[in-house]
Amino acid sequence: MRLAAALLALVTLVRAVEPIKIGEIEPMTGKDAAFGQSSHRGVQMAIDEINARGGVLGRLLLLVDDDNQSKPGDTATIAKKLVGRDKVAAIVSGGTSSACLEAAPICQAARVPFVADQATAPEVTEKRDYIFRNCFIDPFQGAMLAKFALTKLGAKRVAVLTSVTTPYSVGLSRVFRDRFLALGGTIAADQKYAEGDKDFRAQLTTIKAAAPDAIIATGFYTEAALICKQARDLGLSCPLFGGDGWEAPELMEIGGKAVEGVFYVSHYSSESTAPEVREFVKKYRARFSGETPDSMAPLGYDATLIVADAIARAGSTEGPKLRDALAATKNFPGVTGVTTIDSQRNASKPAVLLTVKNGKPQFVESIAP
Amino acid sequence: MSEFLQQLLNGLSLGAIYALIALGYTMVYGVLRFINFAHSDVFMVGAFIGYYVGKLVPEGTLWGGMIVLIASMVGCAILGMTIERLAYRPLRGAATLNVLITAIGVSLLLEYSGQVFFGAAPRTFPQIFPSANFSVGGLVISTNQLAVILVAVLLMIGLQFIVYRTKIGTAMRAVSLNPKAAQLVGVNNDVVISFTFGLGSALAAAGGILYALNYPSIDPLMGVMPGLKAFVAAVLGGIGNIPGAALGGLILGTVETFVNGSQWSTYKDAIAFAILIIILLFRPAGLLGKFTVEKV
Repeated sequence: MRLAAALLALVTLVRAVEPIKIGEIEPMTGKDAAFGQSSHRGVQMAIDEINARGGVLGRLLLLVDDDNQSKPGDTATIAKKLVGRDKVAAIVSGGTSSACLEAAPICQAARVPFVADQATAPEVTEKRDYIFRNCFIDPFQGAMLAKFALTKLGAKRVAVLTSVTTPYSVGLSRVFRDRFLALGGTIAADQKYAEGDKDFRAQLTTIKAAAPDAIIATGFYTEAALICKQARDLGLSCPLFGGDGWEAPELMEIGGKAVEGVFYVSHYSSESTAPEVREFVKKYRARFSGETPDSMAPLGYDATLIVADAIARAGSTEGPKLRDALAATKNFPGVTGVTTIDSQRNASKPAVLLTVKNGKPQFVESIAP
Repeated sequence: MSEFLQQLLNGLSLGAIYALIALGYTMVYGVLRFINFAHSDVFMVGAFIGYYVGKLVPEGTLWGGMIVLIASMVGCAILGMTIERLAYRPLRGAATLNVLITAIGVSLLLEYSGQVFFGAAPRTFPQIFPSANFSVGGLVISTNQLAVILVAVLLMIGLQFIVYRTKIGTAMRAVSLNPKAAQLVGVNNDVVISFTFGLGSALAAAGGILYALNYPSIDPLMGVMPGLKAFVAAVLGGIGNIPGAALGGLILGTVETFVNGSQWSTYKDAIAFAILIIILLFRPAGLLGKFTVEKV
């Protein structure tokens, strides 16, 4: 009897120091790799800092990360593995909106909170109360781009290029189109392509014939860079701009001179003088050989800190309690701004507009939500 | 009008690349009667050899570009012959299905070893040839597009010459006509088949370099879609027929570009493949292929 009691005490003791598992799904390889690589660094930094402070609830955090290879279907498989076998307390992901949409129903059914750090399509968090995000959503970004095109670029006629195989691009184009028309602009041409396409000359030739004042491409960075390059090759000299899917070092690498002067949306600016940003950039540079983080790293960092904060407030890693604590996140100070989770489980944060100058992103303006 | 001409030029330069890859499919089919599915991955390896060699020579020079092109063609010719020696030759005489499945296996092997050795993230292909754009009456022509068409035409003329005017070409046609009879008159089948693979792979490498010049983002799975399209082009023109493959590639590239520039761009692959089905309904052996009854 006494032995059993001692064993029980020992088991509870081991339990108490057993680490809390945090799942992470990232596109570490494949065409969205730039997002995953950057986001993963942010998540790692956050986990290490929390553990250096002694962890949460007296327990250390253990990161269980996996690569979805930017392939459709893999995110769902990984999410099942993380909730089923690894029994993680929560999942953070720097995957695209379509990747997060795969994981969402699985996390919802397993009652494991899921925090998307950069998926901006509204559908991701809709109708599922275990799914959160810590970035702005496409209706906000699209409206901002429509206003920017009309007032700052002075573009009355804009051509839209949409990647029809990603919900993110389709949604962003729709919002942009609606808002731009509502503000009195005209859509000069509406062209489409599919993810993985490399030849955009056909679409751009049609766009050129429509003579737009500017072109918006709402897809991701690889295609965006090729679009800029081919547009310049075809003699299209009008401004090109896009959403936060453009943000990656590859945009400058592939695009070269063709992306000089393009505009895109971001979640923060590394040039900001806010103390949180300066400190984050300093720590990041010290750890990753002097590189300057794009916005996916601080988003992953903030997402992980928000999860840790919620675990501390919930006093537990049980799904429903953690969910309630996450939903109650209020005025959480992060690198990408102050996070307050609203009733739709979204964070309203400021967006930043960047331009490319001398092969480097440069701050243009910040737009408050 | 200038929009139409521009689209035609875009289509021709895309079609020329499809044609170069299609030639490899069609040559191997002509000689061995099987589809070498690994061909599209040789195309990918060609682009990657170009990527690595391109770092060693100065960017934007003609001679540098030629070195890259030749290095990649030679590298891929060796790769093609090695694949044939190791994977296909032991199966000579076995059922076609066995060879076909082996080809798919080799294709997957190349794709995923590519992910291991080259990494899965897309790479930026250097601008190895000097490039410029000039406009002629509203028509913008880039030297890259011209280079694609020019190199493709030159290689096809060279190929036509090899097949019809040289001894090894005559041997190739003999093996294609009847391998046993060719052996009886003293043709070394192994050498001819090896040569065919080398030649086809070299053309795929040239296609890979030209593709990467025009679309400078390369990854280990880049061959899959162009390979499929080139295969369709080869069938469209009449598989086993060299001018047919060139014609098929040009038709496919042009159709794809025109559909892409219209409002039905979402259906571009569907339309390209629908055209294939329609042509095959009326001409089962392809546009230039001869219909023969196979004897059992």
